[in-house]
Amino acid sequence: MARKISILIVDDEESVRDSLYNWFLEDGFRVEYAENAKKALTILESNQFDIILADIKMPGMDGLEMLRRIKSLKPDAIVIVMTAFATVDTAVKALKDGAYDYVTKPFDPDDLTHLIRNATKQISLADENETLKKKVVSLENVEDLIGNSEAMKDMLREVESVAQTNSSVIITGESGTGKELVARAIHANSPRKFFPFVSVHCGALTESLLESELFGHEKGAFTGAMYNRKGRFEMADSGSIFLDEIATISTKMQVELLRVLESKTFMRVGGNKEISSDFRVICATNKDLKSMVEKGTFREDLFYRLNVVNIQIPPLRDRKEDIPLLVNYFIKKYCTSMNKPPASIDPTALKRLQEFNFPGNIRELENMIERAIVVGDGKKIGLKDLPLDKTIVSSSAESLDDFERVFILQILNKYSWNISRTAKALKVDRVTLYHKIKKYDLKPAD
Amino acid sequence: MPNITLISFGYFEKDILEKTAEAVENEFHALVNLRDGHIDLSEFYDPARRQYNGNTLLKLVDSMPFPDSSKTLGLFNVDLFIPILTFIFGQAYLNGRTGIASLYRFSNERYGMTGDNQFLVDRFKKEVIHELGHTFGLIHCHNQTCVMRSSTYVEDIDQKEQSFCPSCRNELEIHNDRQT
Repeated sequence: MARKISILIVDDEESVRDSLYNWFLEDGFRVEYAENAKKALTILESNQFDIILADIKMPGMDGLEMLRRIKSLKPDAIVIVMTAFATVDTAVKALKDGAYDYVTKPFDPDDLTHLIRNATKQISLADENETLKKKVVSLENVEDLIGNSEAMKDMLREVESVAQTNSSVIITGESGTGKELVARAIHANSPRKFFPFVSVHCGALTESLLESELFGHEKGAFTGAMYNRKGRFEMADSGSIFLDEIATISTKMQVELLRVLESKTFMRVGGNKEISSDFRVICATNKDLKSMVEKGTFREDLFYRLNVVNIQIPPLRDRKEDIPLLVNYFIKKYCTSMNKPPASIDPTALKRLQEFNFPGNIRELENMIERAIVVGDGKKIGLKDLPLDKTIVSSSAESLDDFERVFILQILNKYSWNISRTAKALKVDRVTLYHKIKKYDLKPAD
Repeated sequence: MPNITLISFGYFEKDILEKTAEAVENEFHALVNLRDGHIDLSEFYDPARRQYNGNTLLKLVDSMPFPDSSKTLGLFNVDLFIPILTFIFGQAYLNGRTGIASLYRFSNERYGMTGDNQFLVDRFKKEVIHELGHTFGLIHCHNQTCVMRSSTYVEDIDQKEQSFCPSCRNELEIHNDRQT
């Protein structure tokens, strides 16, 4: 429900004060009045008003002087000045000094209604803007980055300091360590936080799709391009663009990307107009880009352009002391989202979790806890609710790729090769899942 | 059941007053008394604006003793103004006991159209109920058809009904319950 708008009337004429007072009361506003500017300023010292309606000609301090004083104290205050003697000079002066509007007494009831309605609309928009800003901050805060370990604290400090700069960042870490969360945290703590955070999963797109996705396209640029479409670089104007799995982009795209990063200008696919966009680049990869540069599969100049700051996310096995914190966080998160009463974890189960290596990192732990809350009795998570034994078999695989192959196959079989459900369970998108199936040449058992 | 006094100052057709009183009776479930008031309106005339001062008229009606009445509304047939506005149809003390309303601006002829008594009576009834609504603590309503919707032109009055929307009706009942 919208809050009650408050109005302060400042006029030396009692009849004017009374008339306006009654009028606004009938409209449902909270109204107060003052007979001179001095009294109004005293009231304003301890009270907040949305709209101040003040006469220009008053004995002692006039309305214009009062306007200047109010504006120096509260620049956002909406001050409407009234006068019985309209001159262009005073009107211009009042507006230059920050008055919201200027009216000549007496005014038409409709003018007054419109004036207040417009001012009210502006107040509602300002309120809404404030609320949305708070929401954005709460949505994008770093509370998902959980950890008390030294490794995590070091990383958070790094995030905080790099956020304030405009430098490109590469986030490296194993799969499931939360690279996108770190990227969001950098954006959320940066001066760009009120502008878009645009995320692109480079690994999920073919070269031509990625090109159109990043740069946008003009209508008719290729078969199926039925409309003009903004690219992700354009969408990220004033904000940040997050390029996940940057190591997967082709050599041609590397060249294109380097050019865009250097000039911050580009053309849409099929277009001939240069578009400029002010974005910050944050990349992520689980590959060793430096060795890719040495092997010649990743451009050296692009690597140095991107690698201004490198943030390494430690794998979960290197910060096992964070596991209890993370477990409690995920229990709370899933109990709330599933509308279940708060649960806890059995100490033996927690101990087993701390002994586990988590090759899938936090994503694996999160999935385990989510599953335990779904299948458990709802009060205490015990060993029986955790798929540790099955996963230990998988974790005995010789490499991370091996583990991933076995793990994906397990989940695919569990969901009878239903791609959507498997992707949902693995918390990846369907394209990524297809990509993995192709990569590991996975096939359903007969 | 509230007692409402409608006191007319100046010439009014009997039919208009009776229909208005009936509408008020139905809308407020109240006992309505119709009275004649006698004052020298010239005292309230502002020659510079060639209109009658609504603030001083409201104060005058408010000062009149009607011990048997919980709400009083002064009815006029002159052009009313308040110092800050070019004209008013009426006004009232919010949550008070007095209001005023004028028939003056409600005739079609004033806007260059053919006279229509039905429009005149309907507009006046709505304005009277609206101002009385304020005395019962009701503020302007955003419901398009509610009688408590703010109206600055006669066209606005024509768009609304002469009754309260469910929300204002509810407020009115809460107000009446508090009084009893």
